Amino acid sequence: MPLHKRLILCHFWLGFAGFLAALVLGEWQMFIRSPLHAWIGDPEWYYRAVTGHGTAMAYVLPTLIAMAVGYFMTETSLQRPLTGVRWAWMGFALALLGTIVAVLPVAAGRASVLYTFYPPLIGSAFYYIGIVLVVLGSWIWVALMSVNLRLWKRENPGQTVPLPMFMNVAGAYLWAWTSVGAAVELLFQILPVALGWRSTIDAGLARVFFSWTLHAIVYFWLMPTYIAFYTVVPRAIGGRLFSDPMGRVAFALFLIVAMPIGAHHLFEDPQVGGGFKYLHSVFTAVVVLPTLITVFTISASVELAGRLRGGKGLFGWIGALPWRNPIMLAVTFSFVLLGFGGAGGVINMSYQLNTTVHNTQWITGHFHLIFAGAIVIMYFALAYDMWPHLTGRALTCYGLMRAQLWTWFIGMLVLTFPWHWVGILGMPRRMAFYDYTDPNLALEAIPVIISVVGGAIVLVSGFLFLAVLISGHRAVRAEPGVYRFSVAVHPPQRMPAALNGFGLWLALMVGLTAVNYGFPIVHLMATPGTAVPAQQVGLLR
Amino acid sequence: MNLREHLRDRWVAASVGLTTGVAAVAVILGFVILPVMQSYTNYVGLWDAICSAAGMLGRAPAGAVVQPMQAGTQVVLTPTMLQPADADSVGRGATLALRCTMCHGARGLSEAGSPNLAGQYPFYIYKQLKDIQSGARPSVVMYPLVVNLSDQDMRDLAAFYAYLPRLPGYHPAPPRPRIVVSGAPMRSIAPCGACHGALDYKIGSAWLEGQPESYLLTQLQAFASGARHNDINGQMRVIARNMTPEELREAVAYYAQTPP
Repeated sequence: MPLHKRLILCHFWLGFAGFLAALVLGEWQMFIRSPLHAWIGDPEWYYRAVTGHGTAMAYVLPTLIAMAVGYFMTETSLQRPLTGVRWAWMGFALALLGTIVAVLPVAAGRASVLYTFYPPLIGSAFYYIGIVLVVLGSWIWVALMSVNLRLWKRENPGQTVPLPMFMNVAGAYLWAWTSVGAAVELLFQILPVALGWRSTIDAGLARVFFSWTLHAIVYFWLMPTYIAFYTVVPRAIGGRLFSDPMGRVAFALFLIVAMPIGAHHLFEDPQVGGGFKYLHSVFTAVVVLPTLITVFTISASVELAGRLRGGKGLFGWIGALPWRNPIMLAVTFSFVLLGFGGAGGVINMSYQLNTTVHNTQWITGHFHLIFAGAIVIMYFALAYDMWPHLTGRALTCYGLMRAQLWTWFIGMLVLTFPWHWVGILGMPRRMAFYDYTDPNLALEAIPVIISVVGGAIVLVSGFLFLAVLISGHRAVRAEPGVYRFSVAVHPPQRMPAALNGFGLWLALMVGLTAVNYGFPIVHLMATPGTAVPAQQVGLLR
Repeated sequence: MNLREHLRDRWVAASVGLTTGVAAVAVILGFVILPVMQSYTNYVGLWDAICSAAGMLGRAPAGAVVQPMQAGTQVVLTPTMLQPADADSVGRGATLALRCTMCHGARGLSEAGSPNLAGQYPFYIYKQLKDIQSGARPSVVMYPLVVNLSDQDMRDLAAFYAYLPRLPGYHPAPPRPRIVVSGAPMRSIAPCGACHGALDYKIGSAWLEGQPESYLLTQLQAFASGARHNDINGQMRVIARNMTPEELREAVAYYAQTPP
């Protein structure tokens, strides 16, 4: 049972509030750029909205959800109250304060630099300070996860760490290390300029530091989803987890190879050598492994559920699955979206193929499939699964949940497939205005309109999600019982030391980062004349 | 476990071995074999290829450096370099500006087809004075007046003209032509207001509203022909070259008729 329900609910609600606001902004951006609406005349409004959308979706939503899920998993899987609750509240306060401090300058048009910062563009210092505060809040969470695991290990010497907690702490350590890149960029490069102490910035080096964060942050977003795959889905659909150690291996692999691969975002950047781009590309290919392990393990677990429910034959088990169960729907949709998104990702990481799709709407389609599709749909599922345990009330509006998941899934497909298509046609992303009367762009008009419709479906789904959560707070009180996790087919008796701790994987993670990032960073820092004048945005508006 | 036991652990051996192996193969392929195999490069030996793959700057080929045909601007503008302009600076600028009044008007508003300076962005005035002095913006009329100005004189003049009020509007703004509103992205033309202040301001660009029509047209034509070439990254030359004569006329007429 989670003991600090209010703490966890506050994290969930702050994350979801940012999510819903950003969802509205996202659909607005799509609409005003489409042929359905005349050119708004001021690109700044578009970039302001994109900055708000990205900041809320990329920093606020996943960080807060990871923190909420982390606290929940700690208390339920370790079966002991969270140590450091006061610190946890302080972390939440920092995240809340940071969100407000970051969003205000964005709303005022003083920080329309997009969530990826894009130096030499420089916005209001408060925007960056707000982001730093959110990250600081999440670092408190990282420390608490580590401390709680350590205390549990001291109380239970020689015991196998429960799988949810192992995965949870792996996610926390991954975030701690990957957020260092953006933190260095913000504290030592961007903030001194934003505060007026310096007027130039090494944009190339800043992009290298951001790439340090930019790819592994996606795997941090992914962690709650993968935790749900392994520890919630098999239980929720009446099956068994096919393999507990495989889950640990997948998360250990994420620690090593999710991290030092960010240069595949810099394939078109001149400041990184071709050799390092190749090195990062190879490790990006390896990161497919933990996902393949996961897809195999979870599919096998789902098959077990189908067979336990009486399914027979090669495909008979599929029909026997509990298709009216929202978690069953969510994991299916998530896998389909992950499949398409992952296939696109393999194209992006290939040096030459990337040249064709680099900075086109294809990329927007790709990361919406992965994050907004495969990842966020499991955030919904997690919330549905945990809500009764947090509110102490029954959550039984299954029809509404299914409608929400179906609309999100269909909306995401209708949204992202046309994006991929126009990306191949060469439509650049992050442009405020497209002249569809130009013969070269006319072909893109209809796919763009279709994706606006997809966005509208997704928006409706977002509000259905809100309706489900609110109905959960208003339902009749009901004792939800003990929160249970998936049981493995072979519950682990003795776990190898390597899969019961993190020392080996953290050492490999740091070591590989040094190999892949060390030289490019030192070289750029040692090269004179690489700084350019900063460009203040919203200077004299 | 001590270090020796750690090394004997097969998990440690396997994971470290595999990671090192993948990295080693990738390094050999990415830094040695692929660069050497690329036939279109002109590396001088293996070490040169490795350094290039690592991102080291190559040596410039001797004698092959192309010199620009015209001297471009050397001015570096930063957002804080002209702030804050105090009253003394404005006063000194007012005195210095007495010699500008013949063409630019007593209060910075020209009746001679020269640009209006009242309320112009200080960065723009400072940069143009610098460019005229250095020859980056050639002008037979302005050069003798500017050649002896000090850096502080130019800052003072910029402060003074920025301080003067713009001419108040006395007629409604005309409708904005399409080229001004949205530019033409397919021809690398941004909307004018994205830099010139109506939408956003990029330091170094000029306030255009209310300027004499003949002056604006001459300047755009000079950018198009390359006769004027002191835009920092060549952006105005690209834009002016890619505008049709009709669009040039529309844009110029719009700005000349729009109240400053």
